[in-house]
Amino acid sequence: MNTPLVSLVEAGISYGQLDALKSMTMSLNEGEVLGLFGHNGAGKTTMMKLILGVISPTSGKVEVMGMAPDSKEAWHSRRKVGYLPENVSFYDQLTGLEVLTYFTKLKGFTNKGAKKQAMDLLEQVGITYAMKRQVKTYSKGMRQRLGLAQAFIGEPKLLLLDEPTVGLDPIATRDFYKTVDQLKSNGSSIILCSHVLPGVEQHIDRAMILSTGKLLAMGTLSELRKQAALPVVIKPISFKEGGLNSLMAQDEKLNAYLSNTCQHTLMVPEQDKLTVLKQLLSLEGLDDIHVESANLEQVYQHFLSMHELEKHEVDKYALTYQRTAQQIKGGLD
Amino acid sequence: MRQIFTVANKEFHDGLRNRWLVSITLIFALLSVGLTYFGAAASGAVGVTSLPTTVASLASLAVFLIPLIALLLSYDSFVGEQESGTLLLLLTYPISKSQLLLGKFIGQGSIIALATLLGFGASAVLLYFQVGDTGIFSAFGLFIVSAILLGLSFIAISYLISLSVSEKSKAAGFALITWFLFALAFDLALLALLVGVEDGVTQQGLTQLMMLNPTDIFRLVNLSGLDSSDVNGALAVAINASLSQFQLISTLIAWVVLPLTLAIFIFKKKTL
Repeated sequence: MNTPLVSLVEAGISYGQLDALKSMTMSLNEGEVLGLFGHNGAGKTTMMKLILGVISPTSGKVEVMGMAPDSKEAWHSRRKVGYLPENVSFYDQLTGLEVLTYFTKLKGFTNKGAKKQAMDLLEQVGITYAMKRQVKTYSKGMRQRLGLAQAFIGEPKLLLLDEPTVGLDPIATRDFYKTVDQLKSNGSSIILCSHVLPGVEQHIDRAMILSTGKLLAMGTLSELRKQAALPVVIKPISFKEGGLNSLMAQDEKLNAYLSNTCQHTLMVPEQDKLTVLKQLLSLEGLDDIHVESANLEQVYQHFLSMHELEKHEVDKYALTYQRTAQQIKGGLD
Repeated sequence: MRQIFTVANKEFHDGLRNRWLVSITLIFALLSVGLTYFGAAASGAVGVTSLPTTVASLASLAVFLIPLIALLLSYDSFVGEQESGTLLLLLTYPISKSQLLLGKFIGQGSIIALATLLGFGASAVLLYFQVGDTGIFSAFGLFIVSAILLGLSFIAISYLISLSVSEKSKAAGFALITWFLFALAFDLALLALLVGVEDGVTQQGLTQLMMLNPTDIFRLVNLSGLDSSDVNGALAVAINASLSQFQLISTLIAWVVLPLTLAIFIFKKKTL
């Protein structure tokens, strides 16, 4: 039985009246990649700071590698943690190599080892050509690569990346995910927080959706899909005139699933997918089928709108309650 | 310890890269050489004047310049890194807050120290060649040591500012006010107290009040070698109340250690 690398037990943070994070329980295993999603101010960065030990929980417990990350004992395990903050800008006056060598030394490398490690990392993120240039001449993407190189120092066991692909071009993004997959196969755990939802899903094992400091949903993508009960979109394609719409409408097994808004499209619950597909295959004139499960973005939208709805309901109740109370009071007067 | 050194090394290199070291050294060297040669220009002669007068004129200029330079050098040490996000990043590294602060202090302190030594040392060497009196080195030695301590003290004070505010521009404003209060306003207030309020403060009390301002301690250290007739104002009174150089230097050291300790304390309390 292996213990989780990171575990939060009802951990919460509040600044006075404001709850930045409400009793959060989660765990991250070795070699697992967790996606952290939520709009601005949802508590993603706060949660990362909590795991990094920069801030202490006001309630509950946080453990990283078996220790509280804000304690003195956790000191040495910090070498094995990599972090990429959001919007970091490095020392403009220094060159890329100098910046990275500085951080590598702080991670505990000796002078000689630090330079070698820094060079290797710069090569890995592809900015070797600019390493002798001052950071102030770097573009946004190059700065982001430098930040990533900094997070990768010393083959971390735990990586926390805040918006890692911001400012990266498609090729750099692909290279980045390649590195993520590679680190994962080496046993590193990664928490990845991103606004850019397409492209992330193949690389994460589990997703966590936050809103206003609250956990809305957590699980593997298929679990979340099931939980959200979003339909699978199936588009049968026929090259013949008129398509298959009338045929499908006549078929009693299929017409229930026909979309009202979109022609030639079936919206099918996950569990009925195969039955529908079998039925479709028996249709004459079928040339091709597109099957599309709900993607991360749709799942994310679903959970957020559910949350909004809930909040709205509560507000509505509160309002009705207030009105009733006023009416009663008015009646009494 | 290695962590402290790594930070100090980086800060020192920053200072080199920013041309801080070169410019401060140049300012000090030009000023001191100029004053050494033309200090007596007012009395119609060009050339080296008496040693105590030279040191006194250097001190009365340095007392304005050194605090200003130290505050400029370090007011954004922490708030600047906080704004660019590197402070948060550094705190996730295996380096403690006090290590980071001490590292920065040693790095920036060495810049001030080296600039003072080179800049004022240059005129000491020049004087020695002109006059050939080895007494120059002891007089300048005391002056340079106290100037370095004054610089370090204001670096520590500017860390206090840098850690207490959340914006760089605010830190700059506070640094300027701090400079104004310590270098100018404090003495005016003392003088007002002395002249305006009859028997308001004894000689002893005045000297004690002056210990509340590192710039005044610096003045006392360097002017006490002079005849009191050369010195006017509140200082003359204080000089008469004899405080030993040892006491003065120790108080100046306290003005380095106390703000630094307080800065570490504030840094530890600070959340990002």
